[in-house]
Amino acid sequence: MNLTGFYTLFCKEVLRFGKVWLQTLMAPIVTALLYLLVFGHVLQGRIEVFPGVGYLAFLVPGLVMMSVIQNAFANSSSSLIQSKVSGSLVFMLLAPLSHLEFFAAFVTAAVVRGLVVGLGVYLVAVLFVPVPVAHPWAVALFAVLGSAMAGTLGVIAGLWAEKFDQLAGFQNFVILPLSFLSGVFYSIRSLPPFWQGASHLNPFFYMIDGFRYGFFGQADTPPGISLLAVGGTFLLLAAAAVGMIRSGYKIRE
Amino acid sequence: MVPVSGPAAIAVAGLHKRYPGVHALRGIDLEVRRGEFFGLLGPNGAGKSTLIHVLAGLARASEGSARVLDHDVVRDYRESRRALGMVPQELVFDPFFTVREVLRIQAGYFGLGREHWPWVESLMAVLALDAKADANLRTLSGGMKRRVMIALALVHRPPVVILDEPTAGVDVDLRRSLWEFIRGLHRDGHTIVLTTHYLQEAEQLCERIAILNHGELVAVDRREALLARGIGRRLRLNVTTEVPLATLPEALRARVTAQEGTRLVFELHRDRDSVVGVLDALRDHGARIVDVATEAADLEDVFLELTRGDVKMKPQINAD
Ligand SMILES: Nc1ncnc2c1ncn2[C@@H]1O[C@H](COP(=O)(O)OP(=O)(O)OP(=O)(O)O)[C@@H](O)[C@H]1O
Ligand SMILES: [Mg+2]
Repeated sequence: MNLTGFYTLFCKEVLRFGKVWLQTLMAPIVTALLYLLVFGHVLQGRIEVFPGVGYLAFLVPGLVMMSVIQNAFANSSSSLIQSKVSGSLVFMLLAPLSHLEFFAAFVTAAVVRGLVVGLGVYLVAVLFVPVPVAHPWAVALFAVLGSAMAGTLGVIAGLWAEKFDQLAGFQNFVILPLSFLSGVFYSIRSLPPFWQGASHLNPFFYMIDGFRYGFFGQADTPPGISLLAVGGTFLLLAAAAVGMIRSGYKIRE
Repeated sequence: MVPVSGPAAIAVAGLHKRYPGVHALRGIDLEVRRGEFFGLLGPNGAGKSTLIHVLAGLARASEGSARVLDHDVVRDYRESRRALGMVPQELVFDPFFTVREVLRIQAGYFGLGREHWPWVESLMAVLALDAKADANLRTLSGGMKRRVMIALALVHRPPVVILDEPTAGVDVDLRRSLWEFIRGLHRDGHTIVLTTHYLQEAEQLCERIAILNHGELVAVDRREALLARGIGRRLRLNVTTEVPLATLPEALRARVTAQEGTRLVFELHRDRDSVVGVLDALRDHGARIVDVATEAADLEDVFLELTRGDVKMKPQINAD
């Protein structure tokens, strides 16, 4: 095992987003807070999703998780496409890094970015509305698994895309709809039966539902099921991503 | 030079590479010995970079095998990549980092941590990059970026170094200093493989030269032997006459390649034609010769002849 190699690639990926923190950390936190202000203001008092939980408080975990997902995805995908387009990916490909080391470095860096942004959104949000934490283990577990899954999806998208607009397409037509239609802004119980069923096919739904369970101790789906769904999807995507790296898909001729 | 024993620096056998619609390498067999200064020549699209990419693991062979210091580039990729430093043909760089950062990061990829940082500093000093150590790569000139790429290839102290056109687009001064630098690496015991389109460069630096054309090796030989091959067959004869000739002797018409005023150029075959015969024929034709000069072939002639397309030669591996 080339642990130093893995750790170096991980640090490089963290440095990369750290150097442009305004754009990679602050901007998403501000965006999430805008959602909170607008939706929270409009809908507060009209909806009670879980008994005893106000809408604003209900909204916070959803927004945190959405930020985690989108930023973890953005980190691995944009780093890969940038180094592919600039050609500097070659320096990583010349190094004695295994497929697994390569994959793990990109995903752990994505997890770090996801968690930093998520924590930022949470810390600023609780200035406006108290959000209790019922089960910290569930909060941590779903945040880590969720960001790992989104980071893995980012690796897949970054390997697949050849141009920035293909990546933007992936983001706009896959990531954004899946994260918006996963119960960030509502409980899926308020949906008609067909859309309730459809939501259960969306892995992001389980991430947000399990994550919310960590805060309120209640959820639309039993947390064990959510854990299985998120963990299972992560493993499937990870296998696909490692397979792509191993075969050199679009990176080795 | 001290003879070096042990496995070949580079060993390629039966190597084919097919891209959709392009058969880029058509059965390459090649060995580069340890400590050798080896030149890889060929026209654009011949397959030089493709061959190098297979060795570096950037491309996968369709058939055949490639080894670096006896490590298979696919099966033992960690060892083969540690043994190899490769300078890619294109100028590429990571716009997020400074010179010192990219070098330390690259060393880290190879498993080399802080204890290796003094070497990074000395590498920057040798390549005159130390003044720009904390400059972002974006802000460097092309020649500087080229030197950073060379430093990146050497950061893990590889015994085998492949440079894919390191002097392309580089000014005369930098080219000379790169030559000196690469010669120094060779003196220190590195195996060097160099591709270039400057034949003079290969002629001055390389001990052994392979010529690749359309994905096939058309020659592999010691520089002197390769030059002798050209000299053995072709000889250029420049003749200046007192007054321009209106006509040429029948026998010489097929041999003349240029006629400008009083100057005549003949392409002769060393074995079949005789210089004296040509001069005699001219005199018999009434010409008064005022100057005669002959030129031996240089690498360019050999190269052109071998890659002209109509000439196909069996690869000829010279044992020493
Ligand atoms: N990724 C690729 N996909 C398809 N064809 C390729 C690819 N890379 C190279 N080729 C083709 O393979 C052949 C050999 O190309 P290569 O780059 O090895 O040539 P070269 O000898 O390095 O040329 P140059 O002197 O111009 O650098 C060319 O016909 C080229 O078009
Ligand atoms: Mg090339």
